[in-house]
Amino acid sequence: MPTSPRSRITVAASLPLILLAGGCSYLSGDSQAADPESADCEDFQEWQGHEGTSVEVYASIRDEEGERMQRAWADFASCTGIDIQYEGSGEFEAQVQVKVDGGNAPDLAFFPQPGLLERFAESGDALPAPEGVQEKAEAGWSEDWLNYATVGDELYGTPLGANVKSFVWYSPGFFSDNGYEVPQTWDELIELSDAMADDGVKPWCAGIESGDATGWPATDWVENVMLRQNGPEVYDQWVEHEIPFDDDQVADAMERVDGILRNPDYVNGGHGEVQSIVTTSFQDAGLPILDDECGMYLMGSFYAAQWPEGTTVAEDGDAFAFNLPPINPDFGTPVMGGGEFVGAFADRPEVVAVQEYLATADYADRRAAEGAWFSAHQDLDLDTLESPTDRLGAEILRDSETVFRFDGSDNMPAAVGAGTFWRGMTNWINGDETAETLSYIEDSWPSS
Amino acid sequence: MGFSLLEELPKLLWLVIGVAAFTGVIGVLLLVVDRGPKTRRDWWQAAFFLGPAALLLLLGTVYPVVRTTALSFMGRSGDAWVGTANYVWMFTQPEILIVLRNTLLWVVFAPVLATTTGLVYAVLVDRSRFESVAKSLLFMPMAISFVGASIIWKFVYAFEPAGSDQIGVLNQVVVWLGGEPQQWLLNQPLNTLLLIAVLIWVQAGFAMVVLSAAIKAIPAEITEAARIDGASSPQLFWRITLPSVWPTVTVVLITISVQTLKVFDIVRTMTGGQFDTSVIANEMYNQAFRYGELGQGSALAVFLFVLVIPLVIMQMRSNRRAREQQ
Repeated sequence: MPTSPRSRITVAASLPLILLAGGCSYLSGDSQAADPESADCEDFQEWQGHEGTSVEVYASIRDEEGERMQRAWADFASCTGIDIQYEGSGEFEAQVQVKVDGGNAPDLAFFPQPGLLERFAESGDALPAPEGVQEKAEAGWSEDWLNYATVGDELYGTPLGANVKSFVWYSPGFFSDNGYEVPQTWDELIELSDAMADDGVKPWCAGIESGDATGWPATDWVENVMLRQNGPEVYDQWVEHEIPFDDDQVADAMERVDGILRNPDYVNGGHGEVQSIVTTSFQDAGLPILDDECGMYLMGSFYAAQWPEGTTVAEDGDAFAFNLPPINPDFGTPVMGGGEFVGAFADRPEVVAVQEYLATADYADRRAAEGAWFSAHQDLDLDTLESPTDRLGAEILRDSETVFRFDGSDNMPAAVGAGTFWRGMTNWINGDETAETLSYIEDSWPSS
Repeated sequence: MGFSLLEELPKLLWLVIGVAAFTGVIGVLLLVVDRGPKTRRDWWQAAFFLGPAALLLLLGTVYPVVRTTALSFMGRSGDAWVGTANYVWMFTQPEILIVLRNTLLWVVFAPVLATTTGLVYAVLVDRSRFESVAKSLLFMPMAISFVGASIIWKFVYAFEPAGSDQIGVLNQVVVWLGGEPQQWLLNQPLNTLLLIAVLIWVQAGFAMVVLSAAIKAIPAEITEAARIDGASSPQLFWRITLPSVWPTVTVVLITISVQTLKVFDIVRTMTGGQFDTSVIANEMYNQAFRYGELGQGSALAVFLFVLVIPLVIMQMRSNRRAREQQ
């Protein structure tokens, strides 16, 4: 060991430098890449030649779902040499704003709410889809879907996954044992509910607790009924705020929801009184169906993942779903749903390549093959969909009879769609008056 | 998904790099200061050591304050002036008025109750046989984060329908006494008070420890003299103990008040601000980040800042006074 003070200082000063240099060179090390010429890479020839580049992707998809998604694009990444750095966050909606404001925007973000994408499009942070992406998107999705990501005349995003939020989950065994049938009209639905109530079973399960986002399952109820009762045109006007939120037509829809969600004879199977809806998490809410403690549960197609292990989800299994029946036959078969949209904050060639690839049927098929997912892509191979509810959802979305509308609260300004609408519905189930709730939400609509 | 050391290696390496870079910078700084001119050495040293801190303070505190204040007079995306509209909104929206009322409830009840609990406890266990054990019991919650404490209390308040097994302590007690289980967190303003209980649970230990030290610092001669004069225990407390520890009580009160004003984690974890339990800090986050209402969020932030300032000034004053007395 050197002993003079000077040489000690030299050692002390150089040690961090050596560590720095060594560490940096380790981190910049290249990842394993597949041979671009191999047969496995044939599907990706269009996008090759980006070795050594990386693309940052930020989204709200996490855990198992996130892993499946990354497996679905793994081959693409290794064949094209693009390192896709994925980050999923439970605070996506708030943090994406922070990242963009902080000059730290991800290259690509998957927006679960078109309204949020629109906000970034209007502020000029998100970039319009380049030509190649646009072509792929137009080939893959119906106009309805592309419209949700169109701001002005420009397309700002391509759809990714999809879900159907009009599913009514039920137990086929419980239905057949008691001679219940899947209702085709709203009147039949109410008759069925009364029959169950007469048999001493609470017909409906409900739960809207979802941490920060508590209340959203209740907004789905209102949106579904709005769409069925007043038709897609009024629904669009309502979402765009061309009619006030406390319009009579909305109040009528609320009345109908009131008859189910706040009806002590109808809810809340296996959980308690009406008020228990606000404290029951939406994940737990439907489980009493398996114990025949309630008959039906309105929840998105993604609820398939919530059933405990060993539950058969099939038309003749332990649990299955039907589309919430129409109210007014004039409006066809309405379906409400949701999905993510890929928006871009950068237009480097490798970013565009990833964007293009995510819009292809090839990606959709690969993602579907990983399980528990479907999309509204018209060329998605339905045979790759393992789960019968995924297939049902994809078929409903593809059916030309279907009147599809996106989850309305996701299209409203966030202050309403992710704020007062959720909070208002929560307080409504907790006992607030309908008129009071509607005018509370109307008053909170941002003026500019 | 398990923990794989190999996969985490890059992160650990970044950590090492960070620490190394930090040590490097400090090393260079020390070297430079050491080699600096010999004249006016104090001045040099002070500038070198305070400089980085002052710069960071400017960047991390002063600049945000100025920017937030400016934003609070701007529209939702922060690009057009709207005058005082955001402040008008804040004091006219029924929803925000409830938020302000809740914050007031927090600031009135939490510090006072936490300090009182701590003080009474400190007096009661003072010089008792089990003093150290009793003190550690009350102090233990201090080691738990607000989020952790909230999760614990969520279970205390948990509700199961009548007839089924209660998993919440509070409802179990109610059932044992022959009552119906309650949804504790649904009804305002009781729910806000129940949330305040969490803060008291965490902070009472802090109050107790500080106040207990103050009580022990009261000269024995004074208490003995009072005893000889025939003072009863209550008299001893009101005439001797409380006046002697009063400066400490104010310090504790103010410290907890500042904590209370920025309370965010408890509300967010337990109710998410639902059922009319939201407070300013929570609403500010919602407005600015979740709803994209930058102006309204900033106005709430500025208001919170204005509320904290007098407390901080009081705190500094009482600190200075305490130092002068020593």
